[in-house]
Amino acid sequence: MIGKAAILLFSIALASGSLQAQTLTSGLRGATPLDQEGPAAPMTPMRNTSEREIRNYPEQPPVIPHSIDGYQIDINGNKCLSCHARARIAESLAPMVSITHFMDRDGQFLASVSPRRFFCTECHVPQNVVTPPVSNDFVDIDTLLSRAAPGGRR
Amino acid sequence: MSTADPIEPRRSWLARVWTFVVELWDVLRRPSSVFGLGVLVLAGFVAGVMFWGGFNTALELTNSEKFCTGCHEMRDNVFAELKSTIHFSNRSGVRASCPDCHVPHNWTDKIARKMQASKEVWGHLFGIIDSREKFVDHRRELALHEWARFKANDSLECRNCHSAESMDITKQSPRASVAHQRFLFSGEKTCIDCHKGIAHHLPDMRGVPGWQ
Repeated sequence: MIGKAAILLFSIALASGSLQAQTLTSGLRGATPLDQEGPAAPMTPMRNTSEREIRNYPEQPPVIPHSIDGYQIDINGNKCLSCHARARIAESLAPMVSITHFMDRDGQFLASVSPRRFFCTECHVPQNVVTPPVSNDFVDIDTLLSRAAPGGRR
Repeated sequence: MSTADPIEPRRSWLARVWTFVVELWDVLRRPSSVFGLGVLVLAGFVAGVMFWGGFNTALELTNSEKFCTGCHEMRDNVFAELKSTIHFSNRSGVRASCPDCHVPHNWTDKIARKMQASKEVWGHLFGIIDSREKFVDHRRELALHEWARFKANDSLECRNCHSAESMDITKQSPRASVAHQRFLFSGEKTCIDCHKGIAHHLPDMRGVPGWQ
């Protein structure tokens, strides 16, 4: 009985000790306590190389390799399309919007970009020059398949 | 005193002004019998300096951001839109205010533009764009006027600050560098052809060359 009580007391002391020692921090938040607002991270420059980037999987919307500050995309106009539209690529040398963007929801091809694909930045985003705060061990399918034991150890 | 004067019928306001003008003309057309020629020349010179200074000061007063944003049409629409753009706030702290882009800096062109602007006073008095809805309805027409003006003077107001000669394309992004070499340096296009809507929101762009 005494032994049981001692174990219980010991475990409670251990648990409370570990609770107190636990600092509520994470890689994204930094050391700021949860009930406070930490300093904002500095703005980082936008990647502006104009070099196309490899997609991680075939369905991935290509990322935008240039700055798009102040680009207007609304009912009045679409700045992206002034280079990426079908009729504009000869002059701009930019890649044309994918033919899938001309399809409506029923798979019918329209004469121009479908309204549901009009707002480019819903899928395509520019990239900032940052060190990712959370590490990522994603490998693409080609790398995975070329391994000695596909799908096995990493 | 009034008893000494013969009482004549009260003349009309116009007749009295006319008499004054005729008398003034008589004085002006005769050589001065009191002041020396030097005094007159000097006084004329000083008066000229004061008039010219006053005229230009008044002109410059109408050429300020404060004057432009004095009307709510400008303050609540185009000026509000300018505030989020790079021409209002940027890393080096250089700001382009309204007249830097919308009033020619050359004197004769400036006066011509100021005369045109008298129509804008008319528009203000009669409330042509005195609500957000009315402004949005007129935005395309207003934008087309400015684009035509920039196109006609080869984007002069842009080039007052952004000169092609002093542009270091190696410091530009690859995309900008290529585009400027192909279209700007070759003279094929002028600034406004590509850079529309950089300081204000765009109107309905259907039918504008280069836009969908």
